[in-house]
Amino acid sequence: MFPKSGNRFGVESMRKKGIHMNWTAIGSLSDIPRRGARCVATPRGKIAVFRTADDKVFAIDDHCPHKGGPLSQGIVHGAAVTCPLHNWVISLETGKALGADEGAVRTIPVKVEGERLFIALEALASRAA
Amino acid sequence: MTEKLVIIGNGMAPGRMLEHLLEKAPGRYAVTIFNAEPRVNYDRIMLSPVLSGEKDYEEIIIHGDGWYIKHGITLYKGHKIVAIDRTAKTVTSDHGVTEPYDKLVIATGSVPFIIPVPGHNLPGVLTYRDLDDVRAMMLAAQSRAKAVVIGGGLLGLEAAAGLNAQGMDVTVLHVMPTLMERQLDPAAGYLLQRAVEERGIKVITKANTQAITGNGKVEQVELADGTIIPATLVVMAVGIRPNAALAKDAGIAVNRGIVVDAGMRSNDPDIYALGECAEVNGMVYGLVAPLYEMARVTASQLAGDETAAFVHSDTPTKLKVTGIELFSLGDFADGDDRQEIVLRDASAGVYKRLVLKDDRIIGTVLYGETADGAWFNDLKKKQTDISEMRDTLIFGQSYQGGAPLDPMAAVAALPDDAEICGCNGVCKSKITGAITAKGLTSLDDVRAHTKASASCGSCTGLVEKLMVLTLGDTYNPAAVQPMCSCTTLGHDEVRRLIKAKGLKTIPAVMQELEWKTSCGCAKCRPALNYYLVCDWPNEYADDYQSRFINERVHANIQKDGTYSVVPRMWGGVTNSSELRAIADVVDKFEIPMVKVTGGQRIDMLGIRKEDLPAVWADLGQAGFVSGHAYAKGLRTVKTCVGSDWCRFGTQDSTGFGVRIEKFMWGSWTPAKVKMAVSGCPRNCAEATCKDVGVICVESGYEIHFAGAAGLDIKGTEVLGLVKTEDEALEHIVALTQMYREQARYLERIYKWAKRIGIAEVKRQIMDDTSKRKAYYDRFVFSQKFAQVDPWSERVSGKDKHEFRPMASVGFAEAAE
Repeated sequence: MFPKSGNRFGVESMRKKGIHMNWTAIGSLSDIPRRGARCVATPRGKIAVFRTADDKVFAIDDHCPHKGGPLSQGIVHGAAVTCPLHNWVISLETGKALGADEGAVRTIPVKVEGERLFIALEALASRAA
Repeated sequence: MTEKLVIIGNGMAPGRMLEHLLEKAPGRYAVTIFNAEPRVNYDRIMLSPVLSGEKDYEEIIIHGDGWYIKHGITLYKGHKIVAIDRTAKTVTSDHGVTEPYDKLVIATGSVPFIIPVPGHNLPGVLTYRDLDDVRAMMLAAQSRAKAVVIGGGLLGLEAAAGLNAQGMDVTVLHVMPTLMERQLDPAAGYLLQRAVEERGIKVITKANTQAITGNGKVEQVELADGTIIPATLVVMAVGIRPNAALAKDAGIAVNRGIVVDAGMRSNDPDIYALGECAEVNGMVYGLVAPLYEMARVTASQLAGDETAAFVHSDTPTKLKVTGIELFSLGDFADGDDRQEIVLRDASAGVYKRLVLKDDRIIGTVLYGETADGAWFNDLKKKQTDISEMRDTLIFGQSYQGGAPLDPMAAVAALPDDAEICGCNGVCKSKITGAITAKGLTSLDDVRAHTKASASCGSCTGLVEKLMVLTLGDTYNPAAVQPMCSCTTLGHDEVRRLIKAKGLKTIPAVMQELEWKTSCGCAKCRPALNYYLVCDWPNEYADDYQSRFINERVHANIQKDGTYSVVPRMWGGVTNSSELRAIADVVDKFEIPMVKVTGGQRIDMLGIRKEDLPAVWADLGQAGFVSGHAYAKGLRTVKTCVGSDWCRFGTQDSTGFGVRIEKFMWGSWTPAKVKMAVSGCPRNCAEATCKDVGVICVESGYEIHFAGAAGLDIKGTEVLGLVKTEDEALEHIVALTQMYREQARYLERIYKWAKRIGIAEVKRQIMDDTSKRKAYYDRFVFSQKFAQVDPWSERVSGKDKHEFRPMASVGFAEAAE
């Protein structure tokens, strides 16, 4: 149904957890360059939406767990991004720092429906609450 | 009394002979060499890597000028000997130099065989013999046109691969049904042909060249069957014959080559011959190992050891084409008294064949996997009875004695007298002995002391394993630091292979060089992107996503995610309207911080990313372009006020600084490049701690480089003094281009220069005019594609997605 979703938190697993998801359209896949990212502005700060070389899409808070660097500005490689400030490598799948560093950034559910991209806004609202 | 030794020819064989002679009988002879080629002794085996672009001429020099001076040897470069007077005991060169000798060594080598077809003397028909041929081929290859190589033997295939690597469309014509038929059986020849064709080289076997035609120069090659192949370059590599004409004219006995006895002495007892021109026991030789053996014998004879004698031995053949593994040794013809063992692995592209006679190996052909070549060679040489291991023999040494050995154990298991380096005849114990006795710790040391791996280099892996075995963990064969964890290759190797294999995209590099990750990492991608930008300026499309954010948005990211913007102020010079424009921009965009930088310009800090294009638009209105303050590229050229204002100024340092900056802005470099021009030795522009600096003096411009004033602090080195501003610019540009082409990504000039040697930089930039000009030209060419103001591009809409959010969502929900 959503064949291109690259997020670990697929729609099915969300439903099983009983979380009501509210998907909000944010644009289309082609808005994001391959191996690149774009930002989505929200009341709680920016969300970085990434597109990998193989067209998987991930969303995480645009805020490195180390010193708050804008992850959306980093170099994307595989399913990871290197923070532009101090080169922490963050997994786009788990939000966790890779390698010797410790820390994590929140992941936000994404789905790709055809060309259209959606993020799970309820998750944002619940975070805001 | 010192005897006079005259040597005709300065190839590898006489060079090696001299090394032995200087060791065995130092001071016995006053040595004079006549070299028809205008240069020192270099490694001819490595001409193929020079042709393919994998090595430079400088890297294949065996004896530099210093060596001859050190040993008091007189070397006449570019002197061809035209006559030997055996009665007067003198030789005479074409420049009229006559030199007496007590002993004469003829080492005139060989001449390439030219098929006497019509058109063989047209311009564009070359042979493949010396550096001049290689240079001519490389020149011809610049046209990227079509080339025909006549001859599918070792030399022909190496020439074809080299021309292919240089971007030519190459066809190989071979008269026999399979390639390299003298070294390979038909099965291996077929595999070789397939591998050659996979590289985009066309192969026509059973091809009889009938004529080379063209109007004043080569245009096509015609075969006997009527086939016509268009070509602007024809390389004849069909064989060589001993160059014995000079000896023959002097009345010395000549058959195919100059006839010598086992002591390398001709029928004139004071005249020796060695190398490809010599015929010993009815055989002439072309591979380096027997030639070096001749050198050893001749040197011993000249040192007074009359028992030294040349003994024939088979030499393995290897093809020096990157990516093709091929080994051939001895006799592999079929015969009733012979058996063979064959292993084929089609999927792995492996073919191995052993030819046995009376339970002994007499011939070996290995294709695709040649690691056991040394072991088979050893078994053959010692005539080892292999009947015990016949069943598993073909699987190689590691299968013998039960459990498979790892490659290290296989090397450990080699007997002490096993030959490791075939070119130089160096056995295992000589290497391990030298490592221990002389405390050698690097591959270069081992090469210097033992000669192992110093010629064709194909045994380098074996030598390195021996070093690990002897030195234990203290030797790290991967002393080459890999670029990153995505590869085992170091930066230098990657740069070399990008050129050699003509890799022009990041995916091509990763595929061909077997990257371990699917799309690299934040370390290797920017490096690869730079290498490709530098090496293929007109072909490579910059990979935006492989650039660090600063180079992607042409501003400097700050700790809070805002950016700083630094416009260019040429040479640090500004005026009221520029300053007014900056003031207006600061007010309009509420820029919180304005600061003067160390490079004589103005930095505006705290600009929001979304505002960048508008800031640039306003700055652009006032004539500003990007200062590249974020770039691994040319940053600033700092100046003092020079002769225009300063009472001490000797030249127009400001004007020259502006000129350099206007000439070089926009160029990408391995790491940032900061320059300065001071108008006098008081050096107010602090040029002596810059990457490149100029100190103007009354007599001209003193060029400095390799300074540092950052993590490290280091005064510059002096490159040299030139008279005019034009010359100074040419030298600086050439130096920068040399650095661009050779340095590792993120390596500043001072580190690069230390690594390759200050003297080497001086030699290439100050002394070698043609090299300097070539560097300069390549820089100028690449600037055509680099000098585009990135700010105005982005003001006109390029990468606009970068500067605005994709969407703004959730505000309504949050407001509830």
